[in-house]
Amino acid sequence: MRTVSIARGVAWRMLNRFFTNMSLLIPSLVFPLFFFTAFAGGLAGIQHAPGFHFPTGYTAFQFSFVLLQSAAFAGVFTGFGIARDFESGFARRLMLAASHRSGIVLGYAVAGLVRWIATVSLLTAVALVVHMRVDGDGVDVVGLYTLGVLVNFTATLWATGVAMRLRTMQAGPIMQLPVFLVLFFAPVYVPLALLQGWIHTVALVNPMTRVLEAERGFISGAPTEVLAAFGAILALGSLFTVWAIRGLRRAEAAG
Amino acid sequence: MTDTADQVYLLARRSVVRTMRQPANIIGPLIFPLFLLAVNSAGLRAETHLPGFPSPSILAFILAVPFIQGALFATMNTGTDLARDIQTGFLSRLSLTPMRGVALLLGQLGGTITLGLLQAFVYVAVGTIAGVRFKSGVAGLLVLLLFYTLVVLAFGAVGLFAALRTGSGEAIQSLFPAFFVFLFISSMAIPRNLMAVTWFRDAATLNPVSYLIEGVRSLIIVGWDGEALALGFGIAAAVAAIAISASAWALQQRLAR
Repeated sequence: MRTVSIARGVAWRMLNRFFTNMSLLIPSLVFPLFFFTAFAGGLAGIQHAPGFHFPTGYTAFQFSFVLLQSAAFAGVFTGFGIARDFESGFARRLMLAASHRSGIVLGYAVAGLVRWIATVSLLTAVALVVHMRVDGDGVDVVGLYTLGVLVNFTATLWATGVAMRLRTMQAGPIMQLPVFLVLFFAPVYVPLALLQGWIHTVALVNPMTRVLEAERGFISGAPTEVLAAFGAILALGSLFTVWAIRGLRRAEAAG
Repeated sequence: MTDTADQVYLLARRSVVRTMRQPANIIGPLIFPLFLLAVNSAGLRAETHLPGFPSPSILAFILAVPFIQGALFATMNTGTDLARDIQTGFLSRLSLTPMRGVALLLGQLGGTITLGLLQAFVYVAVGTIAGVRFKSGVAGLLVLLLFYTLVVLAFGAVGLFAALRTGSGEAIQSLFPAFFVFLFISSMAIPRNLMAVTWFRDAATLNPVSYLIEGVRSLIIVGWDGEALALGFGIAAAVAAIAISASAWALQQRLAR
């Protein structure tokens, strides 16, 4: 019960700061929309390349990617907030006050999820306004967003672990870069089958490829790679839960 | 005149030394555009099969992008450095000396242009090693360096203006997403005539960054395209002239405070 109460307090504080600070709120909302616009609008011609087969349309093809990207970066930006809390000394005071400190990690994760829900709601609304097709049924749509939630939790836990180990805003690139790499080494612009050379090899072993393929399967109503995608993201999530908790212990030990 | 030249030299040397002493300011503008080059050229290879695509090599087509992206980084670095000078009081102390405003502006751009030239050499070397052959030949490479220097000067001056108006490094950093909007809504990844979405094509046509990219691209994949070069040089020169004039005005305003 105490863990939940601590988590609620931490999440409330993070969200209050997020929703009342325009310099945090606006980039989080606008950036995914911008990527969606740039990719779905600018690159739509690539769907006419030989071998490109995605009947639901290029807008839905890119929506799947931007949904994952927004989920991952909402988690990373939550990590920035944690690092800022350590720099300002707030996190140390919080740890003194909290009897069950795992509630702190849980609170940050909940804050990251709510941030993403705000972003993805706007993203979905815009996608529907521009007549994005969704061929999947209700179950597929649940699968689409459930994978997004899991990616968001995983990214938050990764960034939390980094922030608690380094406890400085200068750790920002360390939180961001691996997430950026994992996302962009997946088949972002074209289906996996159309990738050639080194990027194809990298994409094949990249767990995010499975997740992205599953997302595209859900939105097109032809689920694919579902078990592999959920297995990959749950495995990563478990790994980064340990990473975040051990990071918390490191922060505690640092005093 | 000699005094002004001396002032420009001293401030430019300080700017160059300061840039070179901050590895983060060099590595980011060099590596990040190369990373995007690798990802985009690999991921967008299927584009070359589209009817009317102007080059059989996606790498040659995309190679223009790091140049403009690197120049955008120059804006951030120049602006951040000047903002730091304002925040630490260096500019205020400098204003007590007989220094001329034009010397400050040109001197601050010294480090930016040095880094820009370093970037250009690296991008050309990476492209050549990866098999890109410049259709405009050696003379085209020299024109490319000249054009890129002008683009870096123009973007650097935009950074100076922003720094003089805001006086805050954080505010300069927050401009970064805005510059990315200009980069992404351009002909960066696909030729304008192959853009399938009309409003995006119109936006890219109105976006001056498209013409800067196409100026560089023409030297790599076309050879000598007078129209692309005239538009590129014209827009870069116009941005440079406007940004330097605006910076001179902003400098006067700041020193008068």
